[in-house]
Amino acid sequence: MSALLRFVSVTCVRGGRILFGGLDFTLEAGEAALVTGPNGAGKSSLIRMAAGLLPIAAGRLERDGATALADEGLALDMKLTLRRALAFWGGLDGGDPAPAMGAMGLSRLADVPVAMLSTGQRKRAALARVIASGAPLWLLDEPVNGLDSDGQARLEAAMSAHRAGGGAIIAASHQPLALPRAKPVTLS
Amino acid sequence: MTALILRELRLAATGGHALLPLVFFLLVATLFPFAIGPDAPLLARTGGGALWVAALLAGLLPVDRLIEPDRAAGMLDQLAVRGIAEESVALAKLIGHWLSFGPPLMLAAFPAAALMKLPGEILLRVELGLLAGTPGIAALTLTVAALTSGLRNTGALAGLLMLPLAVPILIFGAGMSDPAGSAGALKLLAAASLLLVALAPFAAGAAIRAARS
Repeated sequence: MSALLRFVSVTCVRGGRILFGGLDFTLEAGEAALVTGPNGAGKSSLIRMAAGLLPIAAGRLERDGATALADEGLALDMKLTLRRALAFWGGLDGGDPAPAMGAMGLSRLADVPVAMLSTGQRKRAALARVIASGAPLWLLDEPVNGLDSDGQARLEAAMSAHRAGGGAIIAASHQPLALPRAKPVTLS
Repeated sequence: MTALILRELRLAATGGHALLPLVFFLLVATLFPFAIGPDAPLLARTGGGALWVAALLAGLLPVDRLIEPDRAAGMLDQLAVRGIAEESVALAKLIGHWLSFGPPLMLAAFPAAALMKLPGEILLRVELGLLAGTPGIAALTLTVAALTSGLRNTGALAGLLMLPLAVPILIFGAGMSDPAGSAGALKLLAAASLLLVALAPFAAGAAIRAARS
């Protein structure tokens, strides 16, 4: 099986400064990578590079298949109910967000406007969008920020189900995150 | 693409933003006769130009909400991750923005023309001009909105960027009110408008990409 994502000696330059260089790793179906490092080490930049949102200064990045991104941007229309806001992305991704909302424990909030949701509930909504996308590669930037222990447990269950189904995950986190057999990617 | 256009229309409708250009346009049309005085021939001669200034400024009003809120919320990033080109997003926004203010403005031109005592033939030319010119105004607004997104205190900068490019639209649009040169003015207005519409998705798309890194 071919790799879902391959970094080949990738260098990241931000604001004229090299954040990291010569980064090599491969993610195949069912695999995960946990990106760690101090603040400003380039964790978010790595995730954005993998998403194709940042140019690669040197090296090569190969992706196969669709990706889903959860970063600090909520990207849901504040005035819509959660159900309709997620349905906008469901329409683009061709999936039904209802099971993903259930997986993240959001079913009760389906008719609440996004603007009324708390930080943790918004984080759950962003993760539900990733789960609903059906994309094989998940890119998660600080996925447990703002989540309570129930939310984290639900996220970890969703992640292991995704990997069992042949998906791959990169997560950047400075908080403990249960990602069994994850490849460590340490930035300094 | 349709989903994106529908979203733009929904945003304009739910935020009350669609009403703002309309109210502004009618406000100018109401105030202008008070400032000029009840001199019907003078109003008829200057009213067309005044309506054009009002239409231009009304179209430029939403410049701070076209791109920036979507950029800040990560909406543009999420669309890019799905492989939707920035140019397509910009085109959808252009169509959505025009639909939310162009046709309403053309309707509002009827009461506005009555307030200014414009004769029927001039009203007809103003309507034709609005049909040809408002897409250009929408394109210009979108381009400037994309160029200034991610910057702080963009009000003055947006105005400076916009005004020189808006001048051709204004000259030829207002020129349509002059019976002698209206045919030529319409062609030039349509040409200026077309040019702006053709360039806007690419300029705005490139600006959205550039704002990322």
